[in-house]
Amino acid sequence: MKRHRLDPETKKATFAIVQAEDELAAIGMALGAGWAGARSMTSTSGPGISLMSEFVGLGYYAEIPAVIFDVQRVGPSTGLPTRTAQGDVLKNAFLSHGDTRHLMLFPSSVEECFSMAIEAFDLAEEFQTPVFVMTDLDLGMNNWMADPFEYPTKPMARGKVLSAEDLNRLGGFGRYTDVDGDGIGYRTLPGTHHRAAGYFTRGSGHNARAKYSERPEDYVQNMERLSRKLETARTKVLAPEFQEGKESDFGILGYGTSHWAIVEARDQLKQEYGLETDYCRVRGFPFNPSVLDFIRNHSRVYVVDQNRDAQMYSLLRLEVDDDCVGKLRRVRHFNGLPIDARSVTDSIVSLEGVK
Amino acid sequence: MSSTAVPPAPPKKVNRIGLEVADYRGARTTLCAGCGHNAISERIIESFYEMGVPPHRVAKLSGIGCSSKSPAYFMGTAFGFNAVHGRMPSIATGAVLANRDLVAIGVSGDGDTASIGIGQFVHLMRRNLPMIYIIEDNGVYGLTKGQFSATADIGSKLKTGVINDLPPIDTCALAIQLGATYVGRSFSGDKHQLKALLQGAIAHRGTVMLDVISPCVTFNDHEGSTKSYSYVKDHEEPLGDVSFVPFFQDIEVEYEPGATKEITLFDGSKVLLHKLPADYDPADKCDALRVLTEAHDKNEVVTGLFYVNTEQEDFITMLDLVDEPLATLPESRVRPPRKVLDELMESYR
Repeated sequence: MKRHRLDPETKKATFAIVQAEDELAAIGMALGAGWAGARSMTSTSGPGISLMSEFVGLGYYAEIPAVIFDVQRVGPSTGLPTRTAQGDVLKNAFLSHGDTRHLMLFPSSVEECFSMAIEAFDLAEEFQTPVFVMTDLDLGMNNWMADPFEYPTKPMARGKVLSAEDLNRLGGFGRYTDVDGDGIGYRTLPGTHHRAAGYFTRGSGHNARAKYSERPEDYVQNMERLSRKLETARTKVLAPEFQEGKESDFGILGYGTSHWAIVEARDQLKQEYGLETDYCRVRGFPFNPSVLDFIRNHSRVYVVDQNRDAQMYSLLRLEVDDDCVGKLRRVRHFNGLPIDARSVTDSIVSLEGVK
Repeated sequence: MSSTAVPPAPPKKVNRIGLEVADYRGARTTLCAGCGHNAISERIIESFYEMGVPPHRVAKLSGIGCSSKSPAYFMGTAFGFNAVHGRMPSIATGAVLANRDLVAIGVSGDGDTASIGIGQFVHLMRRNLPMIYIIEDNGVYGLTKGQFSATADIGSKLKTGVINDLPPIDTCALAIQLGATYVGRSFSGDKHQLKALLQGAIAHRGTVMLDVISPCVTFNDHEGSTKSYSYVKDHEEPLGDVSFVPFFQDIEVEYEPGATKEITLFDGSKVLLHKLPADYDPADKCDALRVLTEAHDKNEVVTGLFYVNTEQEDFITMLDLVDEPLATLPESRVRPPRKVLDELMESYR
């Protein structure tokens, strides 16, 4: 940062990096900065995410942008802290108490850690909510080869922010009012020079105008709007990537670093067993409708997880229509080592009953 | 045509930026009648009004508890943030770094600071972040029916008769030791001293930590309590008198040299400390810590401005941030050009 983000004239920093005392403070600082209108991020692994869970709930409910990189490793507890897993998928989807739901992105490569970071900052500000980038220890700490990163082509998306001039025109605003029907309200940034700009940000119940409220209808309306916002996010988070087999029998669904093992496993399945497969690589949550279509359009779908409890499989079960639940099959790898193609192939072959 | 002479309305009293005191008021308090916190809100309103701080630049921050409700009761047009319990310092840190033009005032309580929040409190003090941190200190948990907090004095008695047998955390001593640069203690009932301390706090640049004893009328204002109105009135031992002269008022204050210490603060305002003990140096941590320790030994409540350091760099200066708020920098200043990424990529080949 000191090489690339000092002001060319004054040589002063256009960024602030703070080594926080712990994860409770790290996420607090990220949220404080996001509230005040700066792009902010923090990174951690599973135990740190557990510590952050209270504040992430505030971020969701008070609607504050922040980006959190989760370098997932093996739990529970301290687990195998030097080994890899996709252990935080379910936890992060619903992190914190009460009804919460969060945006997640799943990078599969070093390049995607870069491109999805840009995406995550845009999403955090557009949706005014914490966004998780779900990498893992294999990707985060082992040596990987990568193509040169691509320079961003899109301008930054800073979301719905009202300026003093906007407020002059509008006369005022309701911080949590759903003006556009997409569940996303308009916000102002601290320091905006207008009498109507200020509002109170809180983790307690509030109405559309950000006033404290315990009225049942205010609570329900607000929670329904937050649901709507997450529905809007389905088509805004990165859509999955698909690879098709030739008249394939079934589908494989994976995410993150499992991608490379799945690509190789598809070759093994084809060459060694004559099994053609379609492949859906999930890149974001809440799931894009095409993820659910992929499941609907296949007789069975093998969901590859690097955790014991088949967390992505479980998350999909909550989302698919009832008649699709039975189509989902579990492929799990959770011994702390990076997933390999043979494990995927063997699991699928065994479940398919192929000799 | 006859006309009735209408007497001109008396000119409205305004501060140096043309705002009335009403512009600094907030919602009606929902705290108990007689709660010390309401008096503190009043002093905050007066201080910000008299100093002419524009409310839109104020960020009011708090955690959870009775004290943390109070930012709703002053400066209603300012931005407010009710964080999670004990974690207001991290929100303040992020917000102030994102926008260095904000005047951040955090209102916490003894539970929110000295129990659940002690971790973030100590690290905030270390960083000397420019902000005002107020503890509305009543020694009990008022929202949960009055259990002892960690600032309750040893031997203090609850309404139920329970005696506190643990020593208190002295938040002022902690703050001084850790690096806060403007540290004092006051009493919600001491209008003059509290207002002078608050105005000095606004004029200072760095972490201000003010522990304000604020009796809980519902749970801790009885005989046997050491945080009751009558106990504090009887045992308050001010460390001299504090007065304040704002930078925009050209007042010559006459005082006896030697008996008064004059400290010029960041914005040019001055705090004057009169009748300090002989040889007391408010820039000397040891003097402050000795006075605080001795007061505990004598069961006295020492109040006043204990420590001021106008030399120490604040956190924003230390991080060498650009002059404009980071939050307002346009994309052209925060996204390096394509050339930078290309060179970086080349360096990894």
